[in-house]
Amino acid sequence: MRNSNQPNNSIAISLVRPKSIFWHNLGKNWYKFSRNPLSIIGLVIVLVIIISAIFAPWITPYPEHAGPFVDFKSAGQPPSLQHLCGTDNIGRDIFSRIIFAFRDALIMAVVVLALAVPLGVLLGLIAGQLQNTWIDIVIMRITDVFLGIPSLILALAIAVVLKPTLMNAMIAISVTWWAWYTRLVYGMASSIRNEYFVIAADLIGASKFHILFREILPNCLSPVFTKIALDVGWVILIGAALGFLGLGAQPPTPALGQMVSDGANNITFWWMTVFPALAIVLAIMSFNLMSDGLRDMLETRME
Amino acid sequence: MENILLDIKDLHICYRVYGGYLKILNSVYLMVREGERVGLVGESGCGKTTIMKSIPQILPPGDFLITKGEIYYKGKDILKMNFSEIQRLRSREIAMTFQDPTAALNPVFTIGTQIGDVIKCSTALEENVHQEKIKTLSIKALKEVYLPDPERMLVNYPFQLSGGMKQRVCIAMSISSPRNLIIADEPGTSLDVTIQDQIMRLLNEIVKKKKTSLLLITHSLGVAKEMTDRIYVMYAGTIVETAPSNILFNNPVHPYTKGLLASVPKLSGGGISRGIPGRIPDYLNPPQGCRFQPRCEQESPICSEKPPQLFEIEKDHLVACYLTQR
Amino acid sequence: MKLSSFLLKRLLHSIFVIFGLSIVIFIIARVVPGDPARLALGPRAPEEVVQRLRQEMYLDKPLPEQYFYWIKGVLSGDFGRSSFTKRAVSEDIKESFSATMELVIFAGILMVIFAVLLGILAARYKDTWVDNLIRTLSYFGVAIPAFVAAIIFMLLFGCYWPILPVLGRLSPGISLPTKITGLLTLDSLIEGNFVAFWDAFKHLILPSVALSLGPLFQEARIARSSMVENMRKEFLFAERGYGISERVIMFKYLLKPSLIPMVSVMGLDLAALFSAAFLVEMIFNWPGISRYGTNVMLHKDLNGISAVTIVLGAVFVVVNVIVDIIVAFLDPRIRLGANRGI
Repeated sequence: MRNSNQPNNSIAISLVRPKSIFWHNLGKNWYKFSRNPLSIIGLVIVLVIIISAIFAPWITPYPEHAGPFVDFKSAGQPPSLQHLCGTDNIGRDIFSRIIFAFRDALIMAVVVLALAVPLGVLLGLIAGQLQNTWIDIVIMRITDVFLGIPSLILALAIAVVLKPTLMNAMIAISVTWWAWYTRLVYGMASSIRNEYFVIAADLIGASKFHILFREILPNCLSPVFTKIALDVGWVILIGAALGFLGLGAQPPTPALGQMVSDGANNITFWWMTVFPALAIVLAIMSFNLMSDGLRDMLETRME
Repeated sequence: MENILLDIKDLHICYRVYGGYLKILNSVYLMVREGERVGLVGESGCGKTTIMKSIPQILPPGDFLITKGEIYYKGKDILKMNFSEIQRLRSREIAMTFQDPTAALNPVFTIGTQIGDVIKCSTALEENVHQEKIKTLSIKALKEVYLPDPERMLVNYPFQLSGGMKQRVCIAMSISSPRNLIIADEPGTSLDVTIQDQIMRLLNEIVKKKKTSLLLITHSLGVAKEMTDRIYVMYAGTIVETAPSNILFNNPVHPYTKGLLASVPKLSGGGISRGIPGRIPDYLNPPQGCRFQPRCEQESPICSEKPPQLFEIEKDHLVACYLTQR
Repeated sequence: MKLSSFLLKRLLHSIFVIFGLSIVIFIIARVVPGDPARLALGPRAPEEVVQRLRQEMYLDKPLPEQYFYWIKGVLSGDFGRSSFTKRAVSEDIKESFSATMELVIFAGILMVIFAVLLGILAARYKDTWVDNLIRTLSYFGVAIPAFVAAIIFMLLFGCYWPILPVLGRLSPGISLPTKITGLLTLDSLIEGNFVAFWDAFKHLILPSVALSLGPLFQEARIARSSMVENMRKEFLFAERGYGISERVIMFKYLLKPSLIPMVSVMGLDLAALFSAAFLVEMIFNWPGISRYGTNVMLHKDLNGISAVTIVLGAVFVVVNVIVDIIVAFLDPRIRLGANRGI
């Protein structure tokens, strides 16, 4: 390593060898992420879920069971080597259906967050930047109203009023979700706004646009990313709750909540309930763990 | 010859980070006698606070490792003490004041509660004191640090006080019961200069009045000269020189001490010196030999091979430098 | 800003939120689904009946006027008639609310006690097997949503291991205590009817545990991390350095600052219990407002839906205000208006 005789000038080094700094930072970030071995487990499970959901038609043993398929001969079989999670009351392989169900669940999470997060973050930034103006007050009051409504209830109310489809369920959940990001970003933006580097940028004459997106936003992002990772799990949960009540994707499309509800109706086939339920729990847990690791990586300061 | 109160021998402390261990303290020797005022001087980041916190064993556990050395207090090694002995040490023998008084006070409890608990725990080992007596003792302690209106102070919360008042409260907590050694970590550094002056005078007065020993940690040479009988100069986790105060200032021997004293601008003119070129070493991979060697003007081959030991050149004046050991 | 003005501001804010909430619900209920009158009466009702209902519901008037009539009704306690139960919605709600209250209170108590207990244990024995066990359980427990836990309990205790009752509030055959608070456990205790009390209590256990499981572990984690973070704070080392005994430090100086962030979370979770109860009440056949709400939602009973949503929304807001008051009480910095800008 460096001899202490030489000046401690890592900037000079980074100009000369940028690639090694990248790996160094990656290594440092990985070290931070992996402080808790559970985060690694979470990450692994999340990757497994995502990959198997993407490649579902190719890797599941019975891909056709995810569609209209009936086979009463093999209905109600407990878990075995052929059917890892057993079959349901009309003969479909539960394991395959779970993996396909994850597809929809993940798509739902992606869509909902893709709708809710940019909207929420943008509103929070604007409100935070224009603090104490009427725009701020209006935005934050509306946010408070939406935060005051329990998500599940509002999502239910909307989904019920619209026709029960996957798309409508996604809309319903997005409507309830954006407010959390607004509040999160608002809190951070309004405190960062008073930091010296923002004031300095303002004095130099940077445009409001620049200040908002190049100075303030990057500093708000860490908790946002952590929350996104966490929220994937929770959106899957609310999707499952809606599905349990029959809203959201309709049969025969497999959906986790729907499968749990079917299981509750056929309670003697315990595997029909237990495995989809475990799948939900696994999804939430792994996203939680991964998000913990993300938080360790993004929000801690070392040295 | 007065009795030795505190004797740190050959202390090595490491701190774990990504990439290895920071070898913060390297062979530290420090001694405080009864009734003596000792100063510990050094730049920011040279390990002074680490030494201070290791004495009553309040280093954050887990990441700090004491790899070698002993800390003797009244003849017993602190590092080998069991929990109740350390408790006793903290509540009856040694007291500390912290650099940042805001961080040192619990924000959700009143001053009265905090001082009261300090008193309760320090005398709890002897008898059960009741509320009235604790209150009286708290007020007495607050009066001794010249805090106005002590009764009202008892029900205040830390955030309602100014920095100077908080520092006084911390000092009051240290003297609320008789102690043998007070360790003061840069008292007044986080306050403005006039308040700092008052705090220093206060400390001086208390130490004289109660005949406690004082270990004063500071980065200001002027403060050290005024307030101490003997000084230790520290660089990068090692003690480089120690001498009685007047001897140190009149006759510094170690190159670092010389450079340090030369850097202080004097009222008698002469401008500002060049300072000491170079930077503090990388604690992750410190130099094999003398830690000051990379910045030292003089040099000899043995300087980069082995760290020099403290060598007594006259009574109470020790230097860690090969060049003076002729 | 002093405490009284803080409270006042908070109250006004809550009232505003409830009103905003009512507007949102109203918009959803009226604007979206086509013809509410038709929906209420069904496709086979004759047109004149539907027309008359339309006039009754002021559907031919402009929207803001409709809102005005609706709000007037709500404020005087009239939520209209339910097309599902065919009764006044306010009656339905009054009946079912106490059941949910009992459930939520019980679950809340479980949540608070165990969260604090587990958090303290995990922080005290940090990095030992106790801590690791609690943390592993928490990671798992947080991920178990209430309705999943409920289903699993239903499976376990309904089919395989019937030691605890899974349906309803009281076993058939046990006489109901006279209604004082509406909380069966309390009422039967007041009466001295221990048989009923024990029975009601047993019925409470499973749904409350299912409800409180997830939030409990989440709060335990927060309690633990809050305590661990405060453990590294300078003032604790200072207090230790002054000689304060470990026990006092643990239970007094560490606990109070750590509990403060916890209380807000606990309050939010308590409010969220109402919404989590939706599915749990369905599964356990618990006759509370959430089961009623789910039923009216599935039957597209607009009056019922809007009523339930606004009542629960109001409860949410009220709980939040109470939590804020408690936090302000605990944290002297908020109470005395400390300048937090440092």
